Amino acid sequence: MSAIIEIDHLSKRYGSGTAALNDVSLNIEEGEILALLGPNGAGKTTMISIICGLVRPTGGTVRVGGHDIRTDWRAARKLIGLVPQEILLEPFETVRDCVRFTRGLYGEGPDEAYVEQLLRSLALWDKRDAKTRELSGGMKRRVLIAKALSHRPKVLFLDEPTAGVDVTLRREMWQVVRELSAQGVTVILTTHYLEEAEDMADRIGVINKGELLLVKPKAELMGEFGKKHLTIDLYEPLAELPEDLSERGLTLSEDGLQLGYGYDTKSARTGIARLLGDLTRHGIAVRDVATKQSNLEEIFMSLVEDKPEEVRA
Amino acid sequence: MNWQSVRAVFGHEMARFFRTIWQSLASPVLSTVLYFVVFGAAIGGRIQSVEGVAYGAFIVPGLMMLTVLQQSVSNASFGIYFPKFSGTIYEYLVAPTGWIEVTLGFVGAAATKAVMIALVILLTSFWFNGVHIAHPFWMVAFLVLTALAFSLLGFIIGLWAKSFEQLQIVPMMVITPLVFLGGAFYSASMLPPFWEGVAKLNPVLYLISGFRWSFFDLADVPVGLSLAAVGVMIAVCLIAIRWIFLTGWRLRE
Repeated sequence: MSAIIEIDHLSKRYGSGTAALNDVSLNIEEGEILALLGPNGAGKTTMISIICGLVRPTGGTVRVGGHDIRTDWRAARKLIGLVPQEILLEPFETVRDCVRFTRGLYGEGPDEAYVEQLLRSLALWDKRDAKTRELSGGMKRRVLIAKALSHRPKVLFLDEPTAGVDVTLRREMWQVVRELSAQGVTVILTTHYLEEAEDMADRIGVINKGELLLVKPKAELMGEFGKKHLTIDLYEPLAELPEDLSERGLTLSEDGLQLGYGYDTKSARTGIARLLGDLTRHGIAVRDVATKQSNLEEIFMSLVEDKPEEVRA
Repeated sequence: MNWQSVRAVFGHEMARFFRTIWQSLASPVLSTVLYFVVFGAAIGGRIQSVEGVAYGAFIVPGLMMLTVLQQSVSNASFGIYFPKFSGTIYEYLVAPTGWIEVTLGFVGAAATKAVMIALVILLTSFWFNGVHIAHPFWMVAFLVLTALAFSLLGFIIGLWAKSFEQLQIVPMMVITPLVFLGGAFYSASMLPPFWEGVAKLNPVLYLISGFRWSFFDLADVPVGLSLAAVGVMIAVCLIAIRWIFLTGWRLRE
């Protein structure tokens, strides 16, 4: 795969001196789904806004499909579709007219067959003559996606696409994104829902305080930073842990019937076999064992809050 | 130049006009007809003529200009301010569309609406006042150029405004007084010499004078000066709009 977006040492510093983005470099491959994670004010929307032309960078370059966003902006922008964070629509315009307008704005001639296909694929065809103010929140979001796709972009930016959307609609939206990706559209989404990134993204980027802390394939990230937790159910309650077990980081539940043990999946020795042997040696009978993989939320929190310096290194 | 984009913006703005056709068309036409009735029929009956032209007919170009100026400014300023207010301005800023295409679309639509309203008023005036046009080509030229010049001004006001109050204040406090003092209802030559000199500082006087010349062959100032005034205004407005888009003032963060 080749990079459709090349971001090189991108920075944005506002007049007040606040650095919204600090020396960010990143390549985004054609056809992938990249999720950008970060707390509020991390710089996600600033980065998207710069690439789309809403905000001017103070340093660095961005190329979309090989076109510089500043010197060859018309060609670069033709390749991009943007679904903004807020629902921004003309309230008195019909769904179909909205899509036609955006298509025209991007310099494309009328193509009723494509507009129909697009509206059908987003389950909006039945509402084609409805005014946008008459639509539900989920439908309005889909209209925004239809507008962003009206000129057949190669790259689609979704800025918090499911913010404030209920679970059913959120899943519908994910399906739409997956279908777009299957059609070869590169999707870059920012989200607060870590479940969303975990479920959909090929790669995950973490931004905090204007700095890109890391970008990794999702599976690699989960494997590298993921920790597992082993839960051991006992037949008989324990009054207290034997000293040598306690020193190895084992925890005992209040009722004395459950032991907890956290371990790193990437370490050469997890210590599980030795632990089970030690339990047997102490005469502690094990009834059941279960493991749980730490999810992206836990990984994300550890990245942005605990040890950002270590992550960067 | 991306003509498809110009067409999209123009069509989008005209669609808004046709969605509210009665409000857009009937309201200005009705108020102008009331001017014809009050100034033309009621008061005009007591004024014999101005420079050989019946008063009812004399005020027609001025009233058309009054409407064109007000409509051009309000259509163009509202046209660009509404997307700023609703947030949909982002679409224009992320599209592969330059300042000239966006300006042509918005200003072209605003000027077209103003000209359409002016022509309806002109048709109405034939019925009320029996107006004749001495120079039809120049009448259309002055009408279109003035509509364009003031639509450009309105576009700047819409770009500048941060609230609906600001959007209203310039047309209300500046444009309307300039039109009334620019000879909509009288000839500058009817004023005492000092005030005639003051009136000639008002740029709108040159527009009304040129437009009235196209009707009656009568002008307060040379026609060439009137044309130059419109041309200068268009050029200055275009330079200002280009600067706004290139710097992102009041548009981009």
